[in-house]
Amino acid sequence: MKPPPFVYHRPASVVAALATLAEAGEDGKVLAGGQSLVPLLNMRLTQPGHLVDINRIRELSYVDAGSDAVRVGALTRHAELARHPGVPALLREATGCVAHPAIRNRGTTVGSIVHADPAAELPAVLALLRGSVTLASAAARPGRARPDQEIVRRSVAAADFFLGPLTSAVRPDELAVEAVFPRPAPRSGTAWLELSRRKGDFALCGTGVLVTLDEDRRVTGATGAYTGVGPVPVLVELTEAVAGRPVDAVDWDRAGTLAAGAVAPEDDIHATAAYRRQLVRVLSARAGAAAARMAVADG
Amino acid sequence: MAEPMHEVALTVNGVPRGAAVPARRLLSDFLRHDLGLTGTHVGCEHGVCGACTVLLDGEPVRSCLLFAVTVDGAEVTTVEGCRSADGGLGPVQQAFQDCHGLQCGFCTPGFITTVTAYLRENPDPDQEQARDAIGGNLCRCTGYQNIVASVLRAAQLQRGGAG
Amino acid sequence: MTTKLFGEPIPRREDPRLVAGAGRYLDDIDEPGQLAAAFVRSPHAHASIVDIDVTGALEVDGLVAVYTYEDLAGPLAQPLPLLIPHPSLRAARTPYPLAKDRVRHVGEAVAMVVATDRYLAEDAAQRIRVTYQPLPPVVGLDAASKAGHLVHEDVPDNVSAHLVQEVGDAAAAIAAAPHRLHLELHIERSASMPMEGRGVHARWDETDRSLRVYSSTQTSTSLRFALAAKLDLPVDRVEVVTPDVGGGFGVKIVHPWPEEVLVPWAAIRLRRPVKWAEDRREHFISSAHERGQQHSVDVGFDDDGRLLGLSVKFLHDNGAYTPYGIIVPQVTSTQLPGPYRLGAYRVEFHSLYTNTVQVTPYRGAGRPHGVFVMERTMDAIAAALGLDRTVVRERNFIQPEQMPYDQGLIFQDGRPLVYDSGDYPAALRLAKKLVGWDEFTAVREQARAQGRRVGIGIACYVEGTGVGPYEGAYVRVETTGKVVVATGLTTQGQGHETVFAQIAADQLGVPVENVNVVTGDTRRFAFAVGTFASRAAVMSGNAVAAAAGKVRAKALRIAGEALEVDPADLSIVDGVVSVKGTPQAAIPLASVAVLANPLRYAFDEQAKQATQFAVGGGIHRPPVAEDDEPGLAATGYYSPVRSTFANGVHAAVVETDPETAEIRILRYCVVHDCGRLINPRIVQGQVHGGVAQGVGGALYERIVYDEHGQLLNASYMDFLIPYASEVPAIEIDHLQTPSPLNPLGIKGAGEAGVIPGAAVLAAAIEDAEGIPVHRMPICPSELWELRNADHR
Repeated sequence: MKPPPFVYHRPASVVAALATLAEAGEDGKVLAGGQSLVPLLNMRLTQPGHLVDINRIRELSYVDAGSDAVRVGALTRHAELARHPGVPALLREATGCVAHPAIRNRGTTVGSIVHADPAAELPAVLALLRGSVTLASAAARPGRARPDQEIVRRSVAAADFFLGPLTSAVRPDELAVEAVFPRPAPRSGTAWLELSRRKGDFALCGTGVLVTLDEDRRVTGATGAYTGVGPVPVLVELTEAVAGRPVDAVDWDRAGTLAAGAVAPEDDIHATAAYRRQLVRVLSARAGAAAARMAVADG
Repeated sequence: MAEPMHEVALTVNGVPRGAAVPARRLLSDFLRHDLGLTGTHVGCEHGVCGACTVLLDGEPVRSCLLFAVTVDGAEVTTVEGCRSADGGLGPVQQAFQDCHGLQCGFCTPGFITTVTAYLRENPDPDQEQARDAIGGNLCRCTGYQNIVASVLRAAQLQRGGAG
Repeated sequence: MTTKLFGEPIPRREDPRLVAGAGRYLDDIDEPGQLAAAFVRSPHAHASIVDIDVTGALEVDGLVAVYTYEDLAGPLAQPLPLLIPHPSLRAARTPYPLAKDRVRHVGEAVAMVVATDRYLAEDAAQRIRVTYQPLPPVVGLDAASKAGHLVHEDVPDNVSAHLVQEVGDAAAAIAAAPHRLHLELHIERSASMPMEGRGVHARWDETDRSLRVYSSTQTSTSLRFALAAKLDLPVDRVEVVTPDVGGGFGVKIVHPWPEEVLVPWAAIRLRRPVKWAEDRREHFISSAHERGQQHSVDVGFDDDGRLLGLSVKFLHDNGAYTPYGIIVPQVTSTQLPGPYRLGAYRVEFHSLYTNTVQVTPYRGAGRPHGVFVMERTMDAIAAALGLDRTVVRERNFIQPEQMPYDQGLIFQDGRPLVYDSGDYPAALRLAKKLVGWDEFTAVREQARAQGRRVGIGIACYVEGTGVGPYEGAYVRVETTGKVVVATGLTTQGQGHETVFAQIAADQLGVPVENVNVVTGDTRRFAFAVGTFASRAAVMSGNAVAAAAGKVRAKALRIAGEALEVDPADLSIVDGVVSVKGTPQAAIPLASVAVLANPLRYAFDEQAKQATQFAVGGGIHRPPVAEDDEPGLAATGYYSPVRSTFANGVHAAVVETDPETAEIRILRYCVVHDCGRLINPRIVQGQVHGGVAQGVGGALYERIVYDEHGQLLNASYMDFLIPYASEVPAIEIDHLQTPSPLNPLGIKGAGEAGVIPGAAVLAAAIEDAEGIPVHRMPICPSELWELRNADHR
């Protein structure tokens, strides 16, 4: 289990990284925290010809906790994000469920999102909060062999970002430079619950629920996001099961039933599809109730 | 098709160390086979077992999931560096012996580095916190009972309590 | 003997080096010019090898050699040895070191690559193109017994072995019984999974034509003989040394593994040291597994729950090869009766070939399966009669006054299965008290009232430990007063450096710090069997005691001569031999060691005392008497007539989530009787580790093959060894019923903790759920599906 050879690049700037990525094309791969990539390399399940190590691009290490959204740079480690005082509860809770501390000390939030493992927490959180990923690439001008010094950025909404298991919308010449997690609206509450075989494992099912109340503490909206039950993070609109009711009178089991009917999980060696659907049911109800409590406290 | 070599310089256990290695050399192999620090063990090479845990600039990381070249210039602490200032066993190491916190000893270095870092931030854990502190390291011999006890004992030793 | 150290929980002597990172494990060995090996392994469960094209590998810088079966000759071209032949093993098959024509499981070695380092060796291995003609694989016991396809062309029913043992007429006893039950009980495949994989390092010394092999083996002595035979070398030109070993749990007792013969062979051919350190993925697909068995049980019993007849038929999945014979199913079949009088007993098993990794003992070695069968049967009887589960067990126990008790069976060592001692009713009483059995009905009902599901289970076992044929030890007092102890069996974390030192120090009256123990090094001790079957403490412990006892007697004789007193009047305390009651008449043991070796040359200051002009008198007798040997040293062996039987009871309380079916262990209690304890702390550690493996085997770990014979969970991501978060606090109480079979009164402790794990947790889950649990391991998904099936 030794990684295959590759050509190593250690750009000092985003511009330099993008130039290298553009040159490497399909044969290039970004190395950030490496906590998903290096196991695959060690097992030789992937063999990129070029590895572009962005760990020296310090400008990509930041958490910008703005009033509208939390912006996370591509080099920010899970542990740094979880420690940041301005990070909303959902992001902190879900990040705390990512593997174990030693992994969180190195693995990056953006890297986890780009890796697009349908069992991972952060893609589901990004989806639930209707976040986006900012992708950068080098501008290529007609007639020039090498990409220009200009950076082209595009923002891809979570809904368009996750294309399949371990497949995201990032093109080979692109670098995901930032993830944007919008803050929930006022009078909102969130909760993250998951059930894993061992603590720290990828969950059999992870569930995030976002609940929004009106001024009379009636539920106006509820959404569930799920890991482990589809090829990408699965969003289920739960509003119809719970909307309009006073928050104290909501039967969250109805949301669970709705969610369970909306997902299409598959069997694997750790759980049957039916059991995963049951987890969606139970965790939705539990997380919904918890999110509602938080929304009440928020409002 | 000889691979290009990269000069990697680290401060390991307070001592500047270096070697020229291919880019793909894992930090675990760099420490073990290039620097001869074989205390760091390799149990799975996919980041699950924790035997290879070292402290990178003070924080526990899996050395099997890092390329040495990536961390060029960093400070690394391995189990060999968890000794006390006088060269004797460090408090965590001593606690593992006191509490029979190891059997075959293969996973032990990863526990010792992990616990060393943990106690720096959490000097007085309770039983449950002690169990949580070692939650990312696999041991096949001890059933963890005495490792939990070792964490508590190490905290006690660090606070200067003898008994 | 004094009992100063025996029974004391002293800290381990191996720990200072291990906690400091100064242990030396196999992969820590690096030397100049050393090469690394990697293997091309079959991606198919069953296939013919059509062609092996190595040309791609030749481009790899640093490639030194590629070997395939074609390169092997002589004994090396023959299949690896059948280690434990048995008359019932009618179609034993073992693999070739490198596959010849045919591969029979994913992971079977097809080619060996040697390069300047492991990275490059893997590069080259990846570039070797093997053309396979896939054949239909046989996966699982159902497919194996149907024999629609064959694993070995010349084994028409896939049956490697068939064995029946019967005591009385079980069929008649069951037929005549007032109550009868039939149960189908399954245990799935798992694996030892030590944290360190296997590994071998070999160095050929061309100057004296000798081979030094380091291996993370559980038996260095037998590996040495096997290597000498396979490589056609004189035994005295082969040394096998076990460095520190990162756990074994059974998988490392098999020998020689393909890599264990190929790496030394390559080292000889290449005249350079070669190392192979198995990586985790290799370990999953090429090192042995265990546990998979399906049992069919018929039992007859009376109105009080007393067993009248028990008949068990089971199928054992032995994988593709049978190098370790029938040990696992044989142990199941003979340890299944546990602490009970069975009335009539018939057991029959078929051991079947499948296109999966070979199956050889993993800690417990057939016992967890047997105990699962017996204890599930006990619980079923209790349920059928509406009796308390412990009452049924009490009524069937062999009583202490019935010891020794002959079960009428032949054990794995070929000798009668006779329990030597044990107090089973007392163990059950202690366990009930520890777990609060009699109060649990109220606890369960109270929880029910709160919408919670809790349950309790209990399981008893008897474990044959300390099997023969023998172990030996060498003990020498140096002229420094230090004591050297060498025994041939190997160590994988059991604390042998400590417990054998305790035994020797007691015998010789020296501080334990003065005793240095070496294990598993054929240079130090050549005759040994190995470490398995909870035998090290019993076998080598008693051998060390025997050798040290001889040294003590010799020391007293020589000191008696020097002090001109009767040896019977002497004692040894803190390394000084003195006259009892007259401590000023004394001689240090170190000086006795000098006197024990008559010398011509004074190579150091102390030696002067023993040179020919320094020692006076006795010119008419030889300096070394006819029945004596120079040196304050002796060799001792221990070879018991038969095994000694430890026993215990585990009890567990679990809670299951009514919605998610998560299973949480609230309490895990152990009562353990392994005779006299040499070092209680170490025994406790063994129990802890065993319980954790039992919990893993019951709730988390399993090896999963698909129908094509692909291993679906060959990583620590998916083979779920419990972390600290999954292992409960373990409460332990000890009984100490000495074994009458050995002078120290000890029984083995290494495997006990794992044995009743599946049985006790199945019982507790069943109690919480009210649904029969007849297959282990069980995970939340399976429990949830079980509930649904029960409701249908």
